Amino acid sequence: MKPGILLVVVLLSTFAQGQSAKTVDSKYVIEPTTLVSILLQKPTILNVGPKAIYAQAHVPGSEYVGMTSQPDGIKALRNRVKTLPKDKLIVLYCGCCPWDVCPNIAPAFNELKTLGFKNVRVVHMARNFGHDWVDMGFPVAK
Amino acid sequence: MTGSTWDSRLRSDPGKAGRKALLVLAALILLSVATGCKPRPNVTPSTTNKPVAPQFLLTDISGQKLDLASFRGKVVLLDFWATWCAPCRTEIPHFIEMQNRYGPQGLQIIGISLDDSIKPVLKYYAEQKMNYPVALGNDELAQAYGGVLGLPVAFLIDREGRIVWKQTGEADAAVFEKQIADALSAR
Repeated sequence: MKPGILLVVVLLSTFAQGQSAKTVDSKYVIEPTTLVSILLQKPTILNVGPKAIYAQAHVPGSEYVGMTSQPDGIKALRNRVKTLPKDKLIVLYCGCCPWDVCPNIAPAFNELKTLGFKNVRVVHMARNFGHDWVDMGFPVAK
Repeated sequence: MTGSTWDSRLRSDPGKAGRKALLVLAALILLSVATGCKPRPNVTPSTTNKPVAPQFLLTDISGQKLDLASFRGKVVLLDFWATWCAPCRTEIPHFIEMQNRYGPQGLQIIGISLDDSIKPVLKYYAEQKMNYPVALGNDELAQAYGGVLGLPVAFLIDREGRIVWKQTGEADAAVFEKQIADALSAR
């Protein structure tokens, strides 16, 4: 492979990985069971996935923000958190598709970090919301 | 029923009992001819215990009516997908190829996009030169199909309108082809 083409491939690969949920540092990632255990504390839980999935089922108490892989979703996220204190616990989840290719978690997390939020967690949905939350028998709101 | 009761009934109306016995015998003969006398290779298992695919009438992204009922008699692959879903995008070229290859045999692929708006779907449809109808879905349709709580999800619907297979998550083209070929050859 020519060096120029190799560089383009590497750059494209790097860009693609930059959008993946797996780029979020693992110390900020929690498992669904952890979220279940803190539901009673009523943290701010924001859904950053597709509306059609949220409308079918979602984590009780969670709020729909929008797909943060898209500009409108990022804008909605900024609006939602603008009055929150920077040390507020904010939990992000999506579950639109497998974790490694989720396009929404990383942009949402990065946006909140950029805005100065210090207590952000993201929920690891390995396959999707149906498999990793609903099918596990965790609480669901509709 | 005890033997004495049976005997007494026979005795009370021997002609009626004889006719009944003949009818039972004739029914047994007919049943054996219909089901057991000849071996029947390549018999496809009955799908009558499979759920009927929920009907829908949508408008596709080109403005045409998309009525599932109008595809009765065809094998339908109903694909829930979205433009932002990477594994969905991986599958689309295979579906385009399958529509070309199996369409003449009776396959109809239908895409149900869970994008929030039509704009990215129109763009993607044109870029990929998709060759099967696509409509925007919604949570009601997804719920009707048992809930689509992650993408992609595909349902294979046989010629009688029954769901014979469901694939959750991305799968190799060969997996789809096997199921589609089986459904197309089923009679």
